[in-house]
Amino acid sequence: MAKHTGNDKLKKHAVYVYSEEQLGYKFSETHPFNQKRLILTTDLLRKMNALSDQDIVIPRIATDDELLLAHDPRYVDIVKKASKGLMTSSQTESFGIGTEDTPIFPNMHEASARLVGGTLTAVDYVMENKALHALNLGGGLHHGFHGRASGFCIYNDSSVAIKYIQQKYKARVLYIDTDAHHGDGVQWSFYEDPDVCTISIHETGRYLFPGTGNVTERGSGLGYGTSFNLPIDAFTEDESFLDLYMTAFREIATHFKPDVIITQNGADAHYLDPLTHLYGTMKLYQEIPKLAHQLAHEFCDGKWIAVGGGGYDIWRVVPRAWSLLWMEMNDMELPQGKLPKEWLDQWQKDSPVQLIPTWMDPENLYEPIPRKEEITEKNKQVLDKALYHIRPHYEKE
Amino acid sequence: MIVEQMMKTNVFTLQPSHSIKDAITLMQENKIRHLPITNEIGSVVGIVTDRDIKEAIPSYLMEDQNQDIYETKIKEIMTKNPIIGHPLDFVEEIATTFYDQQIGCLPIVSGGKLVGIVTETDLLYKYIELTGAHQPGSQIEVRVPNRPGTLFEVSKVFHDHKSNVLSVLVYPDLVNNENKILVFRVKTMNPLGIIEDIRKEGFDVLWPNIPGMTN
Repeated sequence: MAKHTGNDKLKKHAVYVYSEEQLGYKFSETHPFNQKRLILTTDLLRKMNALSDQDIVIPRIATDDELLLAHDPRYVDIVKKASKGLMTSSQTESFGIGTEDTPIFPNMHEASARLVGGTLTAVDYVMENKALHALNLGGGLHHGFHGRASGFCIYNDSSVAIKYIQQKYKARVLYIDTDAHHGDGVQWSFYEDPDVCTISIHETGRYLFPGTGNVTERGSGLGYGTSFNLPIDAFTEDESFLDLYMTAFREIATHFKPDVIITQNGADAHYLDPLTHLYGTMKLYQEIPKLAHQLAHEFCDGKWIAVGGGGYDIWRVVPRAWSLLWMEMNDMELPQGKLPKEWLDQWQKDSPVQLIPTWMDPENLYEPIPRKEEITEKNKQVLDKALYHIRPHYEKE
Repeated sequence: MIVEQMMKTNVFTLQPSHSIKDAITLMQENKIRHLPITNEIGSVVGIVTDRDIKEAIPSYLMEDQNQDIYETKIKEIMTKNPIIGHPLDFVEEIATTFYDQQIGCLPIVSGGKLVGIVTETDLLYKYIELTGAHQPGSQIEVRVPNRPGTLFEVSKVFHDHKSNVLSVLVYPDLVNNENKILVFRVKTMNPLGIIEDIRKEGFDVLWPNIPGMTN
């Protein structure tokens, strides 16, 4: 895999969009969505000597016009007013804010617009060929809807970024979402658009939020056939998850032929994540970015923008998972063995749980799952259904 | 909910003197499977379904395709005096009618005239709406003893968490009829606090069941 494809000697390999101001997106001390994970990840990468000052790019704030590419002006207005404390929960609840999931906090508009701006910064670096790949771990707020907040997400950075790419760079976008929750906000934004392909692999909505993302949601109108959903069973585990991810991603990319790939890298499919039940391990986060990286080179001259997403075990899971993503993006050999001692020493005292000291998870992280074969078989059926309309079929003789 | 609130009022109809060919065209163009047949004053005199038509026309596997059959009048193949519903019927009632009579659609008649139609697809969609499955939410199932006041005790937890409940369903417990299963769809991505508090109240939260493990 070539490190540089262009002639431009100044072109960076990958940029890491980050500033501590991204931590301003904070609902409360006890809310599960906790951007402290950005500090933990950045520090882990620095202690691995995998991230230097030259790699880091400061995120900009998205302008109102940019937010309006994917959001209703009335909604943006409500967020701005709530942001300044001019609204009560009862006035904003119908817009999904001021709820227990998405409470009002001071300057929430600016904080949310900065996360969107970070993804736009990443987009510009990649689309203007200033970098081959770009990562904004502060983004990935895939539940944000056109006119309302949902599932901890206020503005939807990926939806805005995709509209922005379409408008400014006229490119075909493939968006793939491996968060354990359905990427509903992004899906509905492009449900009728044939030039944007969305793929979401997620735990079924049987119990889990948001409940949508059925295999039969394939897009509508001109966009029919460009939304893909792979709802997998609770207790799926690594092997079946990766089997579906790899088969679907490759077949869909081959079919759709994107100009650029956006990956949403929620790290909440792990066994230790408190909100979900997929029983994945760090193996997922080792493998997921590898294929994205490979396909970006095969189909898009390397154009790959990655964003963060969910991830609610911020101590034991997210820093390791997201570090692996950045290291893969930089063609670094993925680490084995122990985490840097200095990182463990520094953060163990703040962590309410015992940190996992190694890159991979310990053996026997959990009890074996009964009915594994049936779950694997059911997921395989989901895969076949999801890809049915893009696979070659033979006419009856 | 009453039928008036869910029926389709833009109904495609034909008259008994129309041909089978007319019926096929109308069904194909509008992707429908049921056609009420009305007389000149708009009263329902029959119904034709896609199955009636399939039974009447020759199989495409047959070599001798008799085209005259397509000119046959609808009145020859329609079901006369079909089962009908009224705009003020309860949706639960007509659901029972669909099930008992094994029918796929119900013309809705008021003042002797056709005013709407309900199909099994419409009923199924109402059911989906009823479960709240078309809106973002988490699902929580609770096993509770079958005694008065339990729903109140459980739903108080949602009230305390200021969580918006999208739907509530009450199922019988197939294992033990001393119990009921309550199924809530709640507008939250983080149901952990709610689950913990329902457990504190002494109820059994089935969230989620590990398949093959008893709990």
